[in-house]
Amino acid sequence: MSVLAIVEQRMAGEVLAAAHEFGTDVKAHSIDHAYTADVYTAAVEQLVRNLHPELVVFGHTYQTRDYAPKLAARFGRVLIGDVIAAKSPVFVRQIFQGKFNADVRLVGEGPHFVSIQAGAWRPSEAPVEVFTPNPTTSRQVAEAPFRESARAVDLTAADIIVSVGRGIKEKENIPVVEALAQALGAELAASRPICDAGWLPMERQVGSSGQTVAPKVYIAVGISGAIQHLVGMKGAKTIVAINKDRDAPIFEVADYGIVGDLFEVVPALVEEIKKGKPRP
Amino acid sequence: MKIAVAIKQVPLRDSPLRINTAGTWIEEDNLSFEINEPDAYALEEALQLREKHGGEVIVISAGPARVAQSLREGLAKGADRAIHIDVATLDILRVANSLAAALKAEAPDLILTGLQSDDLGYGQTGVILAELMGLPHSTIIMQVEVQPGRLRVKRELEDGWFQHIDMPLPAVLTIQSGLNKLRYATLMGIKKAKTKELKVVTAAEVAQASAVIEKIYAPEKNKQGQIFDGDAKSAAAKLVEKLRFEARVL
Repeated sequence: MSVLAIVEQRMAGEVLAAAHEFGTDVKAHSIDHAYTADVYTAAVEQLVRNLHPELVVFGHTYQTRDYAPKLAARFGRVLIGDVIAAKSPVFVRQIFQGKFNADVRLVGEGPHFVSIQAGAWRPSEAPVEVFTPNPTTSRQVAEAPFRESARAVDLTAADIIVSVGRGIKEKENIPVVEALAQALGAELAASRPICDAGWLPMERQVGSSGQTVAPKVYIAVGISGAIQHLVGMKGAKTIVAINKDRDAPIFEVADYGIVGDLFEVVPALVEEIKKGKPRP
Repeated sequence: MKIAVAIKQVPLRDSPLRINTAGTWIEEDNLSFEINEPDAYALEEALQLREKHGGEVIVISAGPARVAQSLREGLAKGADRAIHIDVATLDILRVANSLAAALKAEAPDLILTGLQSDDLGYGQTGVILAELMGLPHSTIIMQVEVQPGRLRVKRELEDGWFQHIDMPLPAVLTIQSGLNKLRYATLMGIKKAKTKELKVVTAAEVAQASAVIEKIYAPEKNKQGQIFDGDAKSAAAKLVEKLRFEARVL
């Protein structure tokens, strides 16, 4: 199969690895232009019309999410996004926030479009050509990227992280997990909805839009384990999950887990940890 | 300013989900449904923009008959009108084509939708819609500022980075969860919603889908984790013992 790999700096090696797994006739290109959705849609459209690939492969980055669906639609196709495995022409992606996998079969002639999930392929190296697109007008005008403020909390340095998700139900319950973090000498972190709600500051967010951490122990409390969260913590040496839903995707990556009510389990854990501590 | 908000109806968060007998989707009987969370934020943003700039908010959704309930909820929260595209399909290109057909007739100044759905999770409907309608767009938006004939938006990038994007109206934006605070429908709102217009239209016909879901299944466990259940106290004791003496991390 002829494959066109679109390579950006983020996930470059993974995209190359996947492209060479999917086909033997692989061309890889990076785009030599500042990003806007209009410019990149036109640029990759030019490449596809010149090279006639059967399959176009992207990394599932925020940039890809911003323009690849538009490009695919231009060819009457749907981008098969966030793919975790493949036996072309069947591509596997997660649905219902990781609760199930779906086998998606490509139908009809190419070009087809797929993007692969971060961490799903082991990066490899292969030649990449630089493509300079014809000048096009962009309706979007992009300003320079910025960060809100310097991060006061560096979760990446923590040995132990206690992280809290929607299962905590309300802000008034945060002390329940705070007590566990304190007993362990751990940093307190959270999944996105907790920070969105303002129950913990944004700088404590773990996941694709927050920090990526790899502590010795990561204790996920009331976190279901949507992929956006998992990419931020699956590098932890030991993962512990506490969740009432036995089918929650967090248990897929957990080394140890407790299925139960966090409001009973967490205080019991605190007591148990304190018990074992040497008395002064 | 005329704002259209495309919402999707998805199973209630934390519903117990079962796979249907054909193995191609979930069993929908006996499930409760709600507005997809990011779409609820898109609706809230539209309502706040209307409060600031005046105009009209239209909620639109493609789905089977049950979707009317979510549209009524949108009306109860304050939307002015609703459009229901009566179709049961997982083909997002068909959904986007149907939305585009209905919205072209409305010619809104701004179209908002959530950044992705909690069920299929493609995160593409808004972007495809922009292409089909010939409109500029931007995704994963955290802040919307309307200027005369233009938009300035704050787009989320990875790892805590952001970027401002400027573009002309009309335009399509996909909204990130958490950019505002969701309102509840008031009793008065629910009452009023009953008298508001809810128009039902038919879906666009499109060519055969370029990709189909062949089967769905529970993911295989990569890791054989040790799961403890039973009463909290004994589970906690077992876990702490494992962390101390097996993983040796405490």
